[in-house]
This record gives sequence, structure tokens and C-alpha cells, in this order.
Amino acid sequence: MSLKKVSAEQPKQFEFSSNFKKIAEEIIKRYPEKNKKSAVMPLLYLAQKQNSNWIPLAAIKYISKYLSMPYINVYEVATFYSMFNLSPVGKYFIQVCTTTPCLIRGADKIVKICKQKISEKENSISKNGECSWTEVECLGACVNAPMMQINEDYYEDLDEKSAAKIIESIFQDKILKPGSYRGRKNTSPENLKKIEGTKHA
Amino acid sequence: MLKEENKIFKNLYNNYGWEIDKAIERDDWKETNEIISKGKEWIINEIKISELRGRGGAGFSTAMKWSFIPKKQGSRPHYLVINADESEPGTCKDREILRYEPQKLIEGCLIAGYAVGAHVCYIYIRGEYSFEGRRLQQAIDQAYKNKFLGKNACGSGWDFDIHIHYGAGAYICGEETALLESIEGNKGQPRLKPPFPALVGLYGCPTIVNNVETIAVVPTILRRGGKWFASMGRPRNTGTKIFCISGNVNNPCNVEEEMGVPLKELINNYAGGVVGGWDNLQAVIPGGSSMPLLPKKICETLTMDFDSLIENKSGLGTAGIVVINKDQDIVSCMARIARFYKHESCGQCTPCREGSGWMWRILNRATKGETTLSDIDLLDDVTKQIEGHTICAFGEGSAWPVQGLLRHFRKEVDKKCSNDPLIKKKKDIPYLIDQHLLEKKNA
Repeated sequence: MSLKKVSAEQPKQFEFSSNFKKIAEEIIKRYPEKNKKSAVMPLLYLAQKQNSNWIPLAAIKYISKYLSMPYINVYEVATFYSMFNLSPVGKYFIQVCTTTPCLIRGADKIVKICKQKISEKENSISKNGECSWTEVECLGACVNAPMMQINEDYYEDLDEKSAAKIIESIFQDKILKPGSYRGRKNTSPENLKKIEGTKHA
Repeated sequence: MLKEENKIFKNLYNNYGWEIDKAIERDDWKETNEIISKGKEWIINEIKISELRGRGGAGFSTAMKWSFIPKKQGSRPHYLVINADESEPGTCKDREILRYEPQKLIEGCLIAGYAVGAHVCYIYIRGEYSFEGRRLQQAIDQAYKNKFLGKNACGSGWDFDIHIHYGAGAYICGEETALLESIEGNKGQPRLKPPFPALVGLYGCPTIVNNVETIAVVPTILRRGGKWFASMGRPRNTGTKIFCISGNVNNPCNVEEEMGVPLKELINNYAGGVVGGWDNLQAVIPGGSSMPLLPKKICETLTMDFDSLIENKSGLGTAGIVVINKDQDIVSCMARIARFYKHESCGQCTPCREGSGWMWRILNRATKGETTLSDIDLLDDVTKQIEGHTICAFGEGSAWPVQGLLRHFRKEVDKKCSNDPLIKKKKDIPYLIDQHLLEKKNA
């Protein structure tokens, strides 16, 4: 269970745009008709996407009406899952994985860079209002450690230099490409041939 | 070393392209309708011969799980649910399958869906894998276009649809009943078992929940025969497995190998050895963070399969190998894992919700050298209070790593205990009403 802070400043109104309404209808069709409650998580994602990456309380109310669910059930779901942001985040939202496999390969250095470059405190928006960062639990890219996620993309095999470079590129609004920053192909073993030549094990 | 021809996931590193035409060149979707026409019994029997065990952590026999589903469909529909909520620290195998071998998974879904009588399949992907989710959706769309899915899927006469459902960053949703709760639109809190999902699962209907890797190997097993799969590894621990080697190794990587491969060979041959040489090895977590760690002495001769790891009081789990060398402080490594469990506990059962916090706080103090020796006994006691007293296996998952630490590295933990106990002997301090608790035997 993670700590959730509901933003003090809330917009009064929320409604899906006509485009998102169409997507929402398609999502609801995926589930059996009497179980349309299942669509609550996808719809919360949609609301988050429409409202610059965070969910206002008005959206929770709107979705509860949309799916004819009690308000508290939607609120419960929105607060349970850590990926639903209930207060504003930066346009670029950086999540640094700091669980053990990343930690022992130097995730604390990435955290240090974030503190220096973005903001001293987690979850507070940088001076130019573009960017915020947070420490998260395992993102499931352990063989590419250390890594961070910016919005939806994974930046892997980082070190201090490359992490700093990526954050600089955010400030210039020209974000670098995701993927491995050690020049290897996905999760393949590096230098395999050299090792096959000599006898290990 | 596993022969190239025996590898199931040939495109694990995307050397050959993930698109459906490339996948067909690699023999995906070859004679799928013939496999299906041989019937449910034949499919389940062939999986039984292969002795395939679930790749998601528990290692339960897949054929047995499938045979629990009611033979005849009653008034309730059957469902197939794929668990792609890969969140176990140290594990990143399903991500590669979703990105680069999606057709293997989709074909497996169709065959497994037919075998258990399901017309609808939900794939539950963790929310952070949004790229992987989009890629899988593209692959599903391509499969629909080729008429491999939908009405009369692949010419088999079986209607089959696949939907993707995203999680939203909750580790607990990797537990099968929590996953079902999550799809139903609730908080992901596990259900009591029994009834097992095979009888009462998604929307109260019979449901089979399988891991991505389990389902993705099914088509290849059926094409090449259960006997071929069983010929690799050793009895009850057959076939191949994707191992993820991370941590203090020179070249962390994913690799598909035969079950029962020696751990030392995996680390030295594929991952380029331990940073600082083999002698610099301190400990290895063999199967994702929930499994107890093992010291160097055991790692020398350890083979990686379900039964041999259980003999060593650990487990294969998801085969996420985390290597920790002597440059690391083992106590702080495990304290970080304890923090992970504290963060991810769903809060349903008190022993786990409170106990995971206790374990983290004690270990955190231990890393700073602020504990007393009796604190460590207390820590040991807390792990035993959690284990076996929770609805799901998360309790064991959070307690075992700490137990492993205390079993193999008690000396290192004790060395950190520099604080004196608050009260060494019984003193009658009138205002301290619970001073009996300060004594070891009562603690």
C-alpha cells in the first residue's frame, strides 16, 4: 500500500472528450455486460491521460456514474494502485527503480542526479514546471539495471553520465530515445564470444 | 549448453524480428488446427507427458491444473487468464516474450483456451509495461488479420478472443486470485482458497490462470512432442527455462537454458562472471526476491531446478537470479527487499501488513548499527509470525528472504548489533510497567 496524497486544488468538472468516450465504449465491450465494472481501471487510465497525467476527484465521480458503481469503490481502486496519480505530476514523470537488483548496480547514483537536477524532494515539480521524479519499486527490467521510466518509456543500462544527459534533454524538450544506454541489444549477453573461447566453469 | 535447435524462444533478443510473418518463418502457427483437431484429452495428455511445471513461481503441474476444470461446460462460461503481471524483483523474462515472441503466447492462448473450454482470454499485463502492451496488441491485431483469432480461429472451429487488461503497479496482483479481483474492478486483494479458480474464478466462473512463459512453451511442446520436452532436464524438472541473471555480474542477461543447469555455469558462461571474480561472490538469490538467498558455499555445486533448490531450503521461483558480491552490504540489500514487501503488502491480513513493516524497520536499524542482539531474535520471531498466517503466499514471500538472511548470514547481522540493550538486568523501575517485556525470555 502506498501513500497517496489527494491534491488540494481540484477542478470542479470532468467529462471525457468525445474521442475518449468512443474509446471508453469500446473498452466496456470487452467485458461481459453485467460486469462492466471491470472497465474501471482502463477508464481511470483514460481519465489520467486526458487530464495531463493525474486524476481529479471529479473524474472519479464521473467514472462512478459512467459505470453505475458506488463512488467509494472507484475511489478505493484509484487509491490502491500506485500508478494512478491523484495530484499533479510533471509533464515528464520520471520513475527511478531502486529495488535491490537496481540498487546494487548503482540506482542511488541515479537518484542523486535526480535530486541535483530536478528537485531535492520526490514528487515535487521542477522549477520550470516540466518534470518531477519519484522512487518506485521493481519495474521488471532487472538485467538492464539501473534503469528509469520516463512517462511510458524505459531507459536502461544507465550510469551517472547518461542519466544526466537524458534529464538535460528533457529540459530542452527534445527527449532522447528509450532503450539501452550501453549500446547492447535488449537483454542479450555481451562479450559472449570472448568467454566461449576461454574455459570458465 | 543448450543446443540452438532445442531453444524454444529463438527470438529472445529480437535478432530475427517479432512481426507475424517473421514468427511464421520460425514455425509459429504451423499446423495449429491439426493440433486442436486431436482433441482436448490428447493436448492435456501430451502436456502431462512433458511434465511441464508452471513457470510463474510455484511450479505446479500445468496438465494437472488444466484437468481441474469441469469437463463439461455448464451454464457458466470458462475463462483463460494469462498472468503477465511480472513484478518479482530480479525477474524480467515475460517482458521479452511479450516484446519479441508475442505470437508464441497468442498461439499458446488459443490451444490452452481450447483445452480448457474457454472462448475468452484476458491477458493481465502490469501497467508499467505499456510499450510491451502496445506491442502485444499489434501482434493480436495481426493474428486477427490472419484469421488466427476470432470466429473459427485458425480454421479449428473454435471461437476465441483475446483482450488485454492493464494492471496499475500493484505487485500483489501477480497472485492469481488478486489478479482476478483486479480484472473484476476491485482492489487487488487475494481471495481465500478453496474454492480454487478452476471452479470459481473470474466472475464466479471456472478459470485457469497461467504464467506467460508456461503458455508460450505449449505450442512448441505439442509440435515436437511431450517426450522431446521431457528429454531435457531431469525427471519432474523437465524442459528449458529462461533465466534472468542480474546484480553484480559483468554482463547481466536473459538466457534460455536447460533445467538443472549448474548455477556457476550460468554465471560464468553467459553473464561474464561475478564482478571481482568468483571468489568475490557473497550470496545469490536464486529465484526472485521471495526466495531465500544462498551463500557461496552452496552456489559452488548448485543446479538450477525446482527440486534441487527445495533441497537447499530455497526455491526456483521465477528463476530471477540476483548475484550479490562481497562489495555489497548484505544486510542493507535485504533491508531494501523488506522495504519492497512493506510497500507492496495489500493490507488485507494483519500479520503481513504489520509484520512486513516490523521487518523493514528492524533491518533498517540493523544497517545503521542501532540494533541489539535481542532485536535480531525478535526479527526471527516476526518472520515466523507472518509465515503461514496469511491468505496468500505473499506472507511467505516476505518472510523467507529475511529467514534466509538469518540462516546463512547470522554472523554478519550480529556484527551490526552494537547497541547495548536498554535494560540489561531486571531493575525495579516503578514507572516502567511493562519492563518484563524487556527481558529476553518474555520478548
